[in-house]
Amino acid sequence: MTQLAIREAVKARQDEIQRRGRGLGWMSLGLGMAQLAAPDAVRRISGVDDSPTSRMVVPLVGARELAHAAGLLTSRRKSIWAWTRVLGDAMDLASLGVAIAHRAGRRRRRLVGVTGAVVGITVVDLLTAVQATRAKRIGTVRGLREGGSMELTATTTIRKPPPKVYEFWRDLGNLPTFMTHLEEVRTTGDRTSHWSASPVFGKNVEWDAEIVDEAPGEKIAWRSTGNADVPNTGTVRFGPAPDGVSTEVHVVLSYDIPGGALGKAVARYFGEEPHQQLDDDLRRLKQVMETGQVVRSDGAPWGKRARKEFPQRPAQPLSDAELAKGADA
Amino acid sequence: MRANTWAGRNKVKVRDVPDPKILNERDAIVRITSTAICGSDLHLLDGYVPTMQDGDVMGHEFMGEVIEVGRGVDPGRLRVGDRVVVPFPIACGACGACAAELFSCCENSNPNAGLGEKMFGHPVAGMFGYSRLTGGFAGGQAQYARVPFADVGPLKIESDLTDEQVLFLSDILPTGYMGADLCDIQSTDVVAVWGAGPVGQFAMDSARVLGAAKVIAIDKEPYRLQMAERAGYTPVNFEEVDVRSRLLELTGGRGPDKCIDAVGMEASHGSAHVHAYDRVKQAVRSETERPHALRQAILSCRSGGIVSVIGVYGGFLDKFPVGAWMNRALTLRTGQCHVQRYMKPLLQRIERGEIDPTRVITHTLPLDQAERGFEIFKNKQDHCEKVVLKP
Repeated sequence: MTQLAIREAVKARQDEIQRRGRGLGWMSLGLGMAQLAAPDAVRRISGVDDSPTSRMVVPLVGARELAHAAGLLTSRRKSIWAWTRVLGDAMDLASLGVAIAHRAGRRRRRLVGVTGAVVGITVVDLLTAVQATRAKRIGTVRGLREGGSMELTATTTIRKPPPKVYEFWRDLGNLPTFMTHLEEVRTTGDRTSHWSASPVFGKNVEWDAEIVDEAPGEKIAWRSTGNADVPNTGTVRFGPAPDGVSTEVHVVLSYDIPGGALGKAVARYFGEEPHQQLDDDLRRLKQVMETGQVVRSDGAPWGKRARKEFPQRPAQPLSDAELAKGADA
Repeated sequence: MRANTWAGRNKVKVRDVPDPKILNERDAIVRITSTAICGSDLHLLDGYVPTMQDGDVMGHEFMGEVIEVGRGVDPGRLRVGDRVVVPFPIACGACGACAAELFSCCENSNPNAGLGEKMFGHPVAGMFGYSRLTGGFAGGQAQYARVPFADVGPLKIESDLTDEQVLFLSDILPTGYMGADLCDIQSTDVVAVWGAGPVGQFAMDSARVLGAAKVIAIDKEPYRLQMAERAGYTPVNFEEVDVRSRLLELTGGRGPDKCIDAVGMEASHGSAHVHAYDRVKQAVRSETERPHALRQAILSCRSGGIVSVIGVYGGFLDKFPVGAWMNRALTLRTGQCHVQRYMKPLLQRIERGEIDPTRVITHTLPLDQAERGFEIFKNKQDHCEKVVLKP
């Protein structure tokens, strides 16, 4: 599968889980309403209409179903709410088991029927809960703490012709001028280079990389080689914009985030919105290509160190002390 | 240096802050000789523009003398000693927006573009002294200012015009002019302008120089309406008359051909309950605007006419008369002013005497009295129209 296909498959799976979670939510709503509005009918169908305890229990179960429904229908965090349903199912099955043990005849047959239905629902709940939890690991940064792969894409338009932008990028030593997570990229051969991460990625993270595919003026693709701490690949494409003078730059980066402290540092760097980092990188590339430098303001004087930008300092000139420390310090 | 700073909602404070230094190669440092308080500063003062911070230097209308330039500034464009008016939007001159003369949408000058993108869908240019959304640049109500892309924006003044004659080229004169320019004014047009503050007055002057047949001023402050009337425009006081009926009367039932909203997000409304409705929604932040002027402009404009919006809006509004806009084929045009586009032609109009920007100045105060300046301007005390500050 291409990287794009993988991304789309992940998204399709997450959509499916959202859909199934909502389905369970509607079911909870229906059950809860029935149990609250017509508890006696529910008790009769379930075969527990002989028990005074059930008069109290059925509406309580109904109220619990409404809580499931509220969670599943309003929250995007379907995994947690699906697990609450599994828990509820376990409670229901336990009560049903007790009820079956105390009954015989018609009521027992009804109870067994209801128990069968609850077992079926439990299987669906369990499946949804497990899948939602797995998808969360793949799809979000929270999941990165346990390791996983992450793909970022971003695009911008630069008012310079494709060969110019390509040339700037192909001189890999230029990448750290606009990419926050890089400290230095040193060319070691025609297609090979040595990269070191800036402290935002944690300390002393370095790796070798090689260009695996390139078409002058159009495309560069690279990947880390050897035993990289954070194995990664990247592709950048340069295409002419419709205006005839500008270049559309499309970047795809993907990382195999390791577990452990390094994985945590990387996850922390990318934060809740990993795409924002690459977007900001490309904005700075555009500033450098079009205006010569990364633009600084008094509130945000740190150039490429965007992670330091919030909270910002007041929008008033820097003092000599601040300036001596260096805007990039 | 001394600078006027934001000190929380409804509070500004003149204090000592460090002198500005060159941060980018194309910066210049300007010693400010004149600066002004803008109506849009009141939106900051009142706390309706998010991301302000205690200590932010305010002000985006200023001019002065270049005392230092970065090594990337083209000496053919700007040198130490030049007298310049600085446009409030910061523009790089090289991106797609600048190439299309959409300077206030410059794609490079806002280091907080990511923030603006979340708020507005796409980022807007950096601006002086106007919150983090527009970059977090220190403003010009100060003794000195750092001016980025100094070889692009600042307009050199080489004639002996006074500061007062050219200062408003930094914002309010081009802003008013753009309001009229967006209206494609014809010689048969009646143009109605909501808001007779300084920007509104300049929108009226601009409608006149662009050849409008009649210009109408709508406001509630008698002294502001008198100022418009003295300049030859027809006053309508929305606290005394029903605006729509009065406009119909003044236009033979057609409605104004072109309408300009020079009010923006903090409008007052003649009808108390409508005002209260929006005031409450704005206070609880369930809409960020009080858009009476805009609603009224859309409802009043003749079918097929143009409504141009130069009053500042920041977020979301409701009860937008989309039916009137759509069914009556109205055109809505707007934008933060692309000041750089208008500075030179407007300077020529000032030199030729077609527009006299000094007519709106009612108060000149030393910078140290900026707090008082904000107070009288905000509360419309002492018939205040425009305050100029002298550092």
